[in-house]
Amino acid sequence: MRPASIEEAAALLRDCERPVRPVGGATKPWLPERGEEPLETGGLSRILEHNVGDFTAVLEAGVPFAAAQEAFAAHGQRLSWDPPDPGGATIGGIVATADSGPLRHRYGGVRDLIVGATVVLSDGTVAKSGGKVIKNVAGYDLAKLFAGSFGTLGLIASVAVRLHPLPTNTASVCERFDDPDALLARVLELARRPLEADCFDVVWEGGEGRLLLQFSGASAADQAERIGARAEVDWGAVRALQRTTEGAVLKVSGRPTDLPAVIRAAGDGTVVSRAALGLSWVRVPFERVADVRQALSPRACTVLDGAARVDEQWPDPPALAVMQRLKARFDPSRIFRPGVFVGGI
Amino acid sequence: MDGRVEAAPEGPAKVEEAPREAPRDISALVAELRRIVGDEWVYTAEHQLRTYESDGLLQYHATPACAVLPGTADEVQACVRACAREQVSWVARGAGSGLSGGALPVEDGVLLVLSRMKRILEIDLDNGRVCVEPGVTNANVSAAVGPEFFYPPDPSSQIVCSIGGNVAENSGGAHCFKYGFTTNYVTGLEIVLADGERITVGGYELDPPGYDLLGAFVGSEGTLGVATKIWLRVVPSPETVKTLVAFFDSTHAAGEAVSEIVQSGVVPGAIEMMDARSIEASEQMANAGYPVGRAAALLVELDGSQHECEARFDDVVAICERCGSDDVRVARDEAERQLFWKTRKAAFPAMGRISPNYFVQDGVIPRTKLPEVLERIEALAREYDMIVANVFHAGDGNLHPLVCYDGDKPGDAERAEELSGKIIDACLEAGGSITGEHGVGVDKKKHMPKMFGEADLDAFQRLRCSFDPAGLANPGKLMPTPRLCGEVPGPYRQHPLEAAGLAERF
Repeated sequence: MRPASIEEAAALLRDCERPVRPVGGATKPWLPERGEEPLETGGLSRILEHNVGDFTAVLEAGVPFAAAQEAFAAHGQRLSWDPPDPGGATIGGIVATADSGPLRHRYGGVRDLIVGATVVLSDGTVAKSGGKVIKNVAGYDLAKLFAGSFGTLGLIASVAVRLHPLPTNTASVCERFDDPDALLARVLELARRPLEADCFDVVWEGGEGRLLLQFSGASAADQAERIGARAEVDWGAVRALQRTTEGAVLKVSGRPTDLPAVIRAAGDGTVVSRAALGLSWVRVPFERVADVRQALSPRACTVLDGAARVDEQWPDPPALAVMQRLKARFDPSRIFRPGVFVGGI
Repeated sequence: MDGRVEAAPEGPAKVEEAPREAPRDISALVAELRRIVGDEWVYTAEHQLRTYESDGLLQYHATPACAVLPGTADEVQACVRACAREQVSWVARGAGSGLSGGALPVEDGVLLVLSRMKRILEIDLDNGRVCVEPGVTNANVSAAVGPEFFYPPDPSSQIVCSIGGNVAENSGGAHCFKYGFTTNYVTGLEIVLADGERITVGGYELDPPGYDLLGAFVGSEGTLGVATKIWLRVVPSPETVKTLVAFFDSTHAAGEAVSEIVQSGVVPGAIEMMDARSIEASEQMANAGYPVGRAAALLVELDGSQHECEARFDDVVAICERCGSDDVRVARDEAERQLFWKTRKAAFPAMGRISPNYFVQDGVIPRTKLPEVLERIEALAREYDMIVANVFHAGDGNLHPLVCYDGDKPGDAERAEELSGKIIDACLEAGGSITGEHGVGVDKKKHMPKMFGEADLDAFQRLRCSFDPAGLANPGKLMPTPRLCGEVPGPYRQHPLEAAGLAERF
């Protein structure tokens, strides 16, 4: 199925009895496939609005992320999401997986910049929530509910997002560590200062750690130099450490103070951490997934890349009964990727 | 939310809109509530209940059968469970400073007052977290972690409003253009659902697995359950703050300055605008030396790193001057900055001095539509021959027009309400929203169908039913008309073949 409009998507779904799998750029194979029929969003690829003066945009799900950023950059703006994009990632896919990159430190995640959404449910209902203004509390915030729902509640057809100015200056700092505890001490010291960094990441690979910060704005260089010597940082390479085609990537929902434990649990693997947020991506061979989980228990560790090769992709979710009811209410015919999400949803 | 409306209108009474429990004898329930929390924390006498008959929006009032003040999460859970058993509706209430009638009691239902639950449970600044009970005031969260850290969402009522209420309403404030809203700061919730179950979602850590229940719950106006424990992200206090007030000859010119500031790449901590009426009223109360008669005042605050603030502040001054301001006043010290803010925050109460009553509106528009919407509001005010004063959170396009009227003049309140509704229509026509921070409650219910279609409301109801299928938590709020949840699809059972991976479920 490849609807060319939201209305067509609704018509297709209304008559659909087979399980379906919304697909954008197919860059994040994080849920096992069970023969669901692909529901491709490639025909929903319009930038419906770019309200330059208002710093907002309305985008259909199939808009390639890179194309959207290019359109915004032409007006000196950006959508402050920067998940790893091996090429072809779409807005819908990023929203469905709530994927994020280093800019999350300053701008928040998908949930924090999405101000409205239009979704298509399995009975063909087309429902919108939120709006296209950056401040709005009318009605329930269904956009947040669908962000990170992995296509299991319905089709995310379009979203309204908040944009930010594209900085003209950036400056980065890199500090090196070989002791995880010393690294944590520095992270905590900096996290308590009002730095206003855009990015605040730790990378650990090959027994060595790097603390990486990026600043933007008129005084980016001054801000960076107050921390340490300026350095060229390849942020694309940092993001890329969140992905693998060989082993598994575990996303760890932790605390900043967990950092040494996460590094030790990773062993010979690599870690990239949004250090002040406590979120880490740990890349290890498949056979080490269980060890990492056990070492970091009770922190939630979700397997993203490589999920098809491990037994337990999802940690136990909180309030599973409520989530099951949400699934039952929004997708009563259970056609949106049944059985592959948390708790067998 | 913004400040309590001190000159709140008596207005057209809307008690008939308050949902009503079927009149029946709930003395057994009241007796059980007394057993749970102790006799002294259950109020049933008329004079005691009067305290709770309204929230900050005084034109709506209703009397519950009883008000119960639990002291712990266990007591809240036991009370909610008792209500569920008896199928009696209940409403959670924090400080009662909300401005949408969101905490309006259900006639003959139970009011759950959380003001006793005001303990700060944990502070962990290494991880940037604080865990509090729902009755803690917004200001006390910042006080508990200050001065090194602070809690950014700052509704004008922050001295009195409770965090539990902030969670229910997804409260904003003057600084949310830069810092975001309550929903961007809640990292965990312990919630008692309407069936009496207690769940914990998130906590210290971000991104708990599964659906974003925090995102769904924050801003749900007390209709999905009651939060008994709240984990919040707190952030380091900015190194420096610089504040100015610039005066303009037209709101149009001030609006231009706002656009240019934002376009230039500056993200100010706050940008607030007042029109001539608001300046005049506020000056009478705050005596800040503001030039009465000027058409618009723009308060701009930059905060953050010293370098960045200094680099940008001169830009902001230059933009204001270029857009026609010949009077830019920079706060020289903290005292002067406080005076600027006092004057801005005096706008609501000050209006009570020049008008016996007023309605406060809470519309949102795309910022670029500011000039045309302001012209529309002026035209409406002329047409109705009524005074409308304007204060805005200009950065995010959140307007608070104050529609002045005299409650003693027959028909005046009704006309003011009609005018107020037309202002909302103008916001919607401009692509905006019916509420930016006060919430829908009972007050904006009638406007919901203008913003959301039947299918949208149906989707909202699916969410509501997932949390509270019996519809006992704060019924009659947020949704324009009462709805039932209908059949719950039966629990899904996995087919053995499907479980074995041998077959799909078709």
